Amino acid sequence: MKNAPGDSGLILKEPLLWEKGKKGRNGMSIPESDVPAASLPEDLLGEGPDFPDLSEIDVVRHYTRLSQWNFGVDTGMYPLGSCTMKYNPKINEKQAAAPGITAAHPLLPEEQCQGMLKLMYELQNHLAAITGMDAVSLQPAAGAHGELAGMLVFAAYHRSRNSTRTKILIPDTAHGTNPASAALCGYRPVKVVSGRRGILEASDIKDLMDEETAGIMITNPNTLGLFEENIREIAALVHEKGGLVYCDGANMNAIMGIVDLKKCGVDVLHLNLHKTFSTPHGGGGPGAGPVCVTAELEKFLPVPRVAYDGDAYVLQYDRPDSIGRVHAFFGNFGVLVRAYSYILAMGAENLKKASQYAVLNACYVKESLKGYLHLPYNRPCMHEVVFTDKLQQDKKVSTLDMAKRLMDCGYHPPTIYFPLVVSGAIMIEPTESECLEDLDVFIEVFKNVVKEADEKPDLLRASPTRFKVRRLDETQAARNPCLRG
Amino acid sequence: MRYLPHTEEDIQTMMARIGVKNFEELFPTVPRDCRHDEAMALPPPHTEWEIDAHMEELRSMMSMGAQGNVLVGAGSYHHNIPSIIPSLTSRSEFLTAYTPYQPEMAQGTLQGVFEYQTLTARLLGVDVANASMYDGASALAEGLLMALRLSRKKKKVAVSRAVHPHYRDVVATYFRPTEFEVVELPFQEDGRTDLSSLSDISDLAAVALQSPNFFGVLEDLQAAATVIHAQEALLVAGFTEPLAFGLFKNPGSQGADIVCGEGQSFGIARSFGGPGLGMFGCKEQFVRNMPGRLVGETVDLEGKRGFVLTLATREQHIRREKATSNICSNQGINTITATMYMAALGGSGIAKLARLNYDKAAYMKERLAEAGATLFAAPGFNEFVVEFSGDFSGAHKALLQENIFAGLELGRYYPELQGRYLFCVTETTPRAVIDRIVEEVKK
Amino acid sequence: MKELDEIKLPDDLLYTRDHEWAKLVGDEVLVGITDYAQDQLGDIVFVEMPEEGDSFGAGEEFGTLESVKAVSELYIPLSGEVVAVNEELDDAPELINKDPYSAWIIKVKPDDPEELEDLLDHDAYLKLLEGE
Repeated sequence: MKNAPGDSGLILKEPLLWEKGKKGRNGMSIPESDVPAASLPEDLLGEGPDFPDLSEIDVVRHYTRLSQWNFGVDTGMYPLGSCTMKYNPKINEKQAAAPGITAAHPLLPEEQCQGMLKLMYELQNHLAAITGMDAVSLQPAAGAHGELAGMLVFAAYHRSRNSTRTKILIPDTAHGTNPASAALCGYRPVKVVSGRRGILEASDIKDLMDEETAGIMITNPNTLGLFEENIREIAALVHEKGGLVYCDGANMNAIMGIVDLKKCGVDVLHLNLHKTFSTPHGGGGPGAGPVCVTAELEKFLPVPRVAYDGDAYVLQYDRPDSIGRVHAFFGNFGVLVRAYSYILAMGAENLKKASQYAVLNACYVKESLKGYLHLPYNRPCMHEVVFTDKLQQDKKVSTLDMAKRLMDCGYHPPTIYFPLVVSGAIMIEPTESECLEDLDVFIEVFKNVVKEADEKPDLLRASPTRFKVRRLDETQAARNPCLRG
Repeated sequence: MRYLPHTEEDIQTMMARIGVKNFEELFPTVPRDCRHDEAMALPPPHTEWEIDAHMEELRSMMSMGAQGNVLVGAGSYHHNIPSIIPSLTSRSEFLTAYTPYQPEMAQGTLQGVFEYQTLTARLLGVDVANASMYDGASALAEGLLMALRLSRKKKKVAVSRAVHPHYRDVVATYFRPTEFEVVELPFQEDGRTDLSSLSDISDLAAVALQSPNFFGVLEDLQAAATVIHAQEALLVAGFTEPLAFGLFKNPGSQGADIVCGEGQSFGIARSFGGPGLGMFGCKEQFVRNMPGRLVGETVDLEGKRGFVLTLATREQHIRREKATSNICSNQGINTITATMYMAALGGSGIAKLARLNYDKAAYMKERLAEAGATLFAAPGFNEFVVEFSGDFSGAHKALLQENIFAGLELGRYYPELQGRYLFCVTETTPRAVIDRIVEEVKK
Repeated sequence: MKELDEIKLPDDLLYTRDHEWAKLVGDEVLVGITDYAQDQLGDIVFVEMPEEGDSFGAGEEFGTLESVKAVSELYIPLSGEVVAVNEELDDAPELINKDPYSAWIIKVKPDDPEELEDLLDHDAYLKLLEGE
């Protein structure tokens, strides 16, 4: 494909850190001591860690070369479904790196850190306004951590009503974190099979929900990119039996300014600031997973709560119903600063537009690739669309092969083999950051990959060929784990 | 809006292909009664320059600015950060990448994390370290849950009261809905944990100690490991200040089975307490019970070395409710940051820097003792608890006026230590500031 | 993946609906997984086995098999005590892929050998596979 951004690479070799350097070099200045040497407790002294000694330029070249083996949102389109790889604005980084923020110690007396507390208080309010929920805690450090906090709120709520519940309903389309988070709180997940339309049907919930069930965990929009349109009816059924409704807000990017989660009947919701609110993923983290609840459940939120007493911003510790702390301090504060900066830049109108454009982009990709790739649920999609490799199977070309070929064409592949309910899933989430011309090139490239699957299947099976390494032997890695050098 | 590239013309073109006329028609599956009634109540869009000004205003509401001298650690430490770190970690190939699910286009992250695992394992003296947890507190909670899984049938863990109080709070939160029980172990007059009650506790899966502990005191982990192992329990060793292992024995070499703590000291800014870095390691035979991601070395089709995420069957996306943890993300870029720091410092540098921290803390302790203050008798690293001969709160207040945060009062955490202060001295603490505090004490 | 006619199914074994096989040797029973099961799982990277002396009721989970991206539970075909586990699989789980019928996983002393009669024979198991 002549329009594809993939061309030749500028890839240099670089050994592991300890394969370079020489004893006696150093890459960091250390102040000379201005105090006398003190005596040491001999019996406790260690040998010191076996680290390589490198000069500053060694370290700089090492990481510069490593970085060039990576692909980020700043490099190109990253349509990884359910991950919302939108543009990460630079000004957010600037705010988080400001010395007044990086130097702030978390145990400063409250009167010394009013600015930080104000930022958190306002961010709580902004997230409440966006979701429609009443109260927010910013403490959870990631989406799954938010889920855990949410499930702990479930457990605390039922305990406060002297109700012992052992089960929780989780749809088969859920992220694996949902059942794992529920299990940490002692709940046994009960699988809800999504209906023919790819969404939950109220009748199924009616059959499964009982008074031993703590509630339901729903991802909305779900991982098939579909809005759970029966959510209000489902919530009513769950509430009727004394249960609570948890919403995994991983896909919030589809519905900002459009859906009010509280009106949907949601009691607890977590957000992924590293998805919807533009903070960078950092190759795996750190994220932030604020948890949002209804007024009734606020008393269960983690301590300390950040509040405003009319005069000053305060930290509230004395909250007997709280689930307790989930983080050593206030969560991933640096991530909160970035999300706050993003919300300020956008305002209500642009956040809504971001969701509208995210959905517009996904629907456009869906309409454009339909017919080339099998579309298991041909229904109005939200911010992502799920295809499969069904049409390519007769040539024995798999989703993985197409994903690897897309890499050679200069794209990060979509999410593959998830959700599990669709065999060979290809989940595309373009996000609002991509413009029409770039989407058109992506679509043309994907169509060409589909054509290659038919005409030159071996080319796909041998992909990728343009990276530092070819396909890697994951079986070997798992059979004989080598986890350190 | 500069983050949104869509022109009116683009929107019309796209809607035409989709077959809708307006945005309303793009959301046909969202019921009316699920929608926001009105626009979200948020501040108006800010320009870059307005954001700068707004944030400057928030920062100005910090009386203790970036120039302050904070002689408090307690889980968040002030160490010098070399310029190469912000420069290299802000490379967007690292920063704007996702979890390395497609290894061929994420070798930078993967090799970086493999190096992190290696240097962390060497630092802590363990066979294996994972790709990190959220922070030291959640790492400790996960370490104890892991020990319970390993013990299979036991139901109790013991946690020293000399472990960071916030970490103990997090452990309590994680344990509350479980069937497991947490027993607290007292500390002795010298600041070390009192293990004498251990043999009275039956059904014990693990004991958690922190070294240096919350009081900055070095525990005798070797002796503790012997006692704990005799009871067929595991030693879970925590820490908040890993720089100590540049000078003192690491937990693994003293017999710890699971080691977990906070790595913020290594090139990561305090940033009001997060994001930090939950370091987590264990003995090799326990690796399949470990929480969190792991990167492993392998080869590609042509036999060339490369790195992949591995042993993923432990994790939630495969094993779901039977996973070793619900954790999905790690602290990503902070693992790279910490590795850069360890690499820049090197084996020679970390020894020198740790010694400097130790000497400066020793200097302050000595001056305070001369001024009549009392200290825990057991040896420590760069933090220490001070009992003043008189009331220190007035002096503390006066020093705050000079932008010196002179220690953390411990009454909130330990009623019996009311009036005592926890201090931290690092390479960043000027001798003049130490002298100034001592002078105030002498008044 | 193999086509149905490529799957090896020895005549002298008994099978379960969960794709384990069982073979009576003296008064003990060897248990493994079928060619169909190993083919579905792909490269097996780890076998989690019980300890000698553990007892299970028929149909209970006694261990797991792991491939790179999947975990599959192992169910015991009949009640009994585990008298041996195949330690060779600790270092070489790929033996199950190479020959699933010689790579037995556990040896069981059955509580009631008559339970063997509840298992499927070659033809019944083949019929089951044809239905999948």
